[in-house]
Amino acid sequence: MVETGNLKNEALLLLGCPQVPVQTSLALYVAHNLRKRGCRPVIAGTTAARKLMEVADPGHYYIEEMNDIDDTIDEITGKQRDYDLCFVFIHNDSGIAYAGTMAYISSARVYALIFGEHAEELAGEIEFPCEIVAAKAVHNPMPLKRRIDEVMEWAVVSKR
Amino acid sequence: MGGCLEAMKPEILLSQSSFKEAREFIRKNIKEYYEVEPGYRILDVHIIGVPPLYVGIEGDQLVFPYTKPCHGTFVVKIPGGDEIARLRERKKK
Repeated sequence: MVETGNLKNEALLLLGCPQVPVQTSLALYVAHNLRKRGCRPVIAGTTAARKLMEVADPGHYYIEEMNDIDDTIDEITGKQRDYDLCFVFIHNDSGIAYAGTMAYISSARVYALIFGEHAEELAGEIEFPCEIVAAKAVHNPMPLKRRIDEVMEWAVVSKR
Repeated sequence: MGGCLEAMKPEILLSQSSFKEAREFIRKNIKEYYEVEPGYRILDVHIIGVPPLYVGIEGDQLVFPYTKPCHGTFVVKIPGGDEIARLRERKKK
């Protein structure tokens, strides 16, 4: 059973283009694991990415709050809100660009979750401070799920 | 594309590139350009990427990178308006 209730620690899950099938599944999995560890997940994403999440979690069992990417960036750059952790879902150059932006504007510990056909090449492009979690995963989420399992426990513990 | 930016029908100078390619395009092709921080806002869009990020001025036009999550980074040109003075207050590169 996933924990519910008022969780004060917050993690941002930043979702880009949902072109690669594993993104929505892995986002729900990360949200589930965060809530189990007492951290409230908040989604920022494109309209399509948010619609996929809404349909997958119609009872808001895993995700209570979803926001537009640009509104989220406005809040962080305006010092109105920030997060303890930030998981950026990446499968293309735009994802790298958004992760780099988050590493610069937010005080959150940033995790670059990289998947898709070119995960390893994309991981090599990262030149900013973050934790890289990468696996070639397109339709099958298991390679990246295993990597997420390795980092999730200490991700939540080490922020405290 | 951001609704406000889209309504201005920007001229597209470079399509579906990486944010690094967009940076180099501005650096090589625009004489007057300024470094801005990630998240810098122009109209309803943010400049996205890893520093250094540049916004250029060409006459009364702004030239800047616009990153779309699904389609990569574009370099676009729009009328600059008040933004030109705001940029010139920054140190020129």
